[in-house]
Amino acid sequence: MATYQLNVNGKTHSVEVDPATPILWVLRDHLNLVGTKFGCGIAQCGACTIHVDGSATRSCMIPVSSIGNSKVTTIEGLSEKGDHPVQKAWLEHDVYQCGYCQAGQIMTASALLNSNPNPSDEDIEATMSGNICRCGTYTRIKAAIKTAANNSLES
Amino acid sequence: MTKVRTTFGRRAFIKRVGIAGGGMMIGFSWLASCKEAAEEEVVMQMPEEWFEINGYLKIGDNGIVTIMSPNPEIGQNVKTSMPMIVAEELDTDWEKVIVEQAPLNTELFTRQLAGGSQSIRQGWEGLRMAGATALHMLKQAAANTWQVPFDEITSEAGNLHHKASGQSAHFGEMASAAAQLDVPEEVELKEKTDFNIIGTSRKNVDGKKIVTGQPLFGLDIQKEGMLIAMIVHPPGFGMQFKSMDASSVKNMPGIKDVFVFDTYTEGTRKSFADIATFNKKVAIVGETTWQVMQAKKALSVEWENAPDETFEIDFFGRTSTTEYPGGLENTQNHVLKMAEMAAKKGNVARADGDVEKAFKNAEKVIEKDYSCPFLPHNTMEPMNFYAHVTADHAELIGPIQTPEFMEQSVAARLGLTLEQVDIQMSRMGGGFGRRLYGHFLTEAAVISQQVKAPVKLVYTREDDMTFGNYRPAYYVRYKAGLDKDNNLIAFHVRAGGIPESPLFANRFPAGAVDNYLAEDWTLKSNVSVGAWRAPRSNFIAGAEQSFLDEVAELAGKDPIEFRLELFEKAMKNPVGENNDYEAERYAGVLKLLKEKANWGQSNTGISRGVAAYYCHNSYVAQVVDVVMENGRPRVEKVVSTVDCGIVVNPDAATNMIEGGVVDGIGHSMYSAMTLKDGVPQASNFDKYRLIRHNEAPKSQEVYFVQNDIDPTGLGEPPLPPVMGALANALYKATEKRHYHQPFISNKPFLG
Repeated sequence: MATYQLNVNGKTHSVEVDPATPILWVLRDHLNLVGTKFGCGIAQCGACTIHVDGSATRSCMIPVSSIGNSKVTTIEGLSEKGDHPVQKAWLEHDVYQCGYCQAGQIMTASALLNSNPNPSDEDIEATMSGNICRCGTYTRIKAAIKTAANNSLES
Repeated sequence: MTKVRTTFGRRAFIKRVGIAGGGMMIGFSWLASCKEAAEEEVVMQMPEEWFEINGYLKIGDNGIVTIMSPNPEIGQNVKTSMPMIVAEELDTDWEKVIVEQAPLNTELFTRQLAGGSQSIRQGWEGLRMAGATALHMLKQAAANTWQVPFDEITSEAGNLHHKASGQSAHFGEMASAAAQLDVPEEVELKEKTDFNIIGTSRKNVDGKKIVTGQPLFGLDIQKEGMLIAMIVHPPGFGMQFKSMDASSVKNMPGIKDVFVFDTYTEGTRKSFADIATFNKKVAIVGETTWQVMQAKKALSVEWENAPDETFEIDFFGRTSTTEYPGGLENTQNHVLKMAEMAAKKGNVARADGDVEKAFKNAEKVIEKDYSCPFLPHNTMEPMNFYAHVTADHAELIGPIQTPEFMEQSVAARLGLTLEQVDIQMSRMGGGFGRRLYGHFLTEAAVISQQVKAPVKLVYTREDDMTFGNYRPAYYVRYKAGLDKDNNLIAFHVRAGGIPESPLFANRFPAGAVDNYLAEDWTLKSNVSVGAWRAPRSNFIAGAEQSFLDEVAELAGKDPIEFRLELFEKAMKNPVGENNDYEAERYAGVLKLLKEKANWGQSNTGISRGVAAYYCHNSYVAQVVDVVMENGRPRVEKVVSTVDCGIVVNPDAATNMIEGGVVDGIGHSMYSAMTLKDGVPQASNFDKYRLIRHNEAPKSQEVYFVQNDIDPTGLGEPPLPPVMGALANALYKATEKRHYHQPFISNKPFLG
């Protein structure tokens, strides 16, 4: 067991856990931030995607000990009022079916738009192919990312 | 207006006098609002007092309406569309509606089940009546209050009016008086042409919560004093628990208990929602998920081969027994055995005319075999359940498609009465049939009872993918005969599988061919199987539609025209009885497809395939466009046409079709579960291939046939035909027919 001061969604949290614990389980079990989902545990499905210093990261395989002073952002902290351009575009397109994978999809998409504000179809496909959706909402995910990009570029 | 008697589902209309104090009927965390949070603060002021009009709805003194969504939500969007139907007949303003997920309540609701694409179809009448009954009572209350005739009261968007006297009130002002009234004997339903909510696109009521990561799913449940539980099940089918050494594991950090348990004990009454597989398992209980995962990895368990077993269930009133032979099974052997069975005579399920003679007289005969592998469901949210079992009560919360069936078996297992068991359904991270089988609910309950604490049972992806309940492995042989004028005069289907057959003997082309023979066969197995999105149709549709494409080619006919000719015959001069489809509606989706997909127009580099299918009471036809990119096929576009009667929520219905298309393409192209010595050969997404974003169609179009037939479901119907349309497009693209799923998988694509 060790104590860590974690910067999550702009706040500092102190947790005492086994250093090998993936940040996913620290978020879910210790900080009660359950928006970040468990899907596979081996960084293959993308359901657990968070931002670490702004980069999309699979939280299920990153031990808490490696986080250090990095800024962690989860779906709960992506925007204060749930009005990030990607979240708004998701609502506009009513993207989700079951909804389980969508927090991970949104976190991957928002990190993509941070680094590439006007992605091509190929850019979207390359980046989003790490996030599985069993309901098959890929058609709408792509449309929503384009809407978010257009809205951000216009404003 | 149509007058209907309110006897249907009458128990749902138990009227109770208003619940005082503005308290919600059930302290649920899955409260959903149709408004966005920012507006909610202004518009959705909670009322001081709620008046429960019937089991489906209650009205606040300020006119806000809470509608209970009775059925489990697995992503099919019934949590939005079912309340829309109630709201329509209530004639309320959808912007002032709050939706809550109802818990299991067999007194108030019927068929709280997610399965068979039946929620909307079977809920339709009851949901309409619930809204209409409440509106009738509100109107009666207004008539009494204003001392005017009932028939002169009109309603509009949550308001009541009496034109002659100029009096008006919103629903909230009459709710208290309405709740005192007797339930009317007869109510009027709206004319379908007067619908203003049904048939308009309304956003998913949980949308805001989904995009902001609010707790909605079973896995998100956190409760005071809750422990985490995991199970260890045998690594393969045909194996069972022998022994374990838990001594070192019990001392690991956070671990509370490690023990062996039986999901069911001798004599537990079981239903179709209970399964035989892996009855004896190990439970590991601890403080946090990660700690329990570490203990699970460290635990050494010894397994042994299981003997032959039988499993008895109560199947809707009759006892059904399934045999599970001992032994460790292999995919390679399964495929050989299925091909052997296809060469033998099967059980005759339907015979029209004289097939043998017709084949002898045929000018051309074609015979082809098709197969598919086992498939796990792979819901993105792994199996889980929360349970808190005490001496006289069980609180069970989580993702379950069959709460009513599970209540019975879990009560029997725990030694409690039905009244002592409370089940609440969380939103589910996918269903696809997997959560029809609630062993995980029972496991959570048994573990909680044993450790005397609330527990959340969590499956790892590996536990989930290797547990079984798979789509069965199927195999079908088709044979068709054409006369000298290229008319289809003989058709033979012989279908079987492990351990069930995918045959639907009365489906198309039965009824359209004079000489028709349908046979089936099965092979026993200890691999556990279950309903997987569009059971049986999820294979036989693709195989049949692929075969018909080849028959049309042999006949030198356009594949759509070939089918339309057959439907023409089925309409005018049907063969046999009990044909399980309406030829006119079937032909209707194909005709619409022809127009919308510009069928017949050729585009350079694009290869097109078509298919149509009827299952779960809805008709779907599709054209798939494939292009070859660097020697690999890529689906460019899919056009779907659908006849599901009235479309309750068009944009959400479109979403469901788009998803079914992606799911169908993905599974037929890439997915398979193989077994070696009983052991599933993939246990996570590194080895098991599910379709990904870059493999999905680049674009999709969906069109609905416009009619006013009562609505049918959409969860399953879009998936089966697309497998056939894809196979037919792949043939055009590669000049090679694809008979065996998965068409590509991880092997190099041989175009």
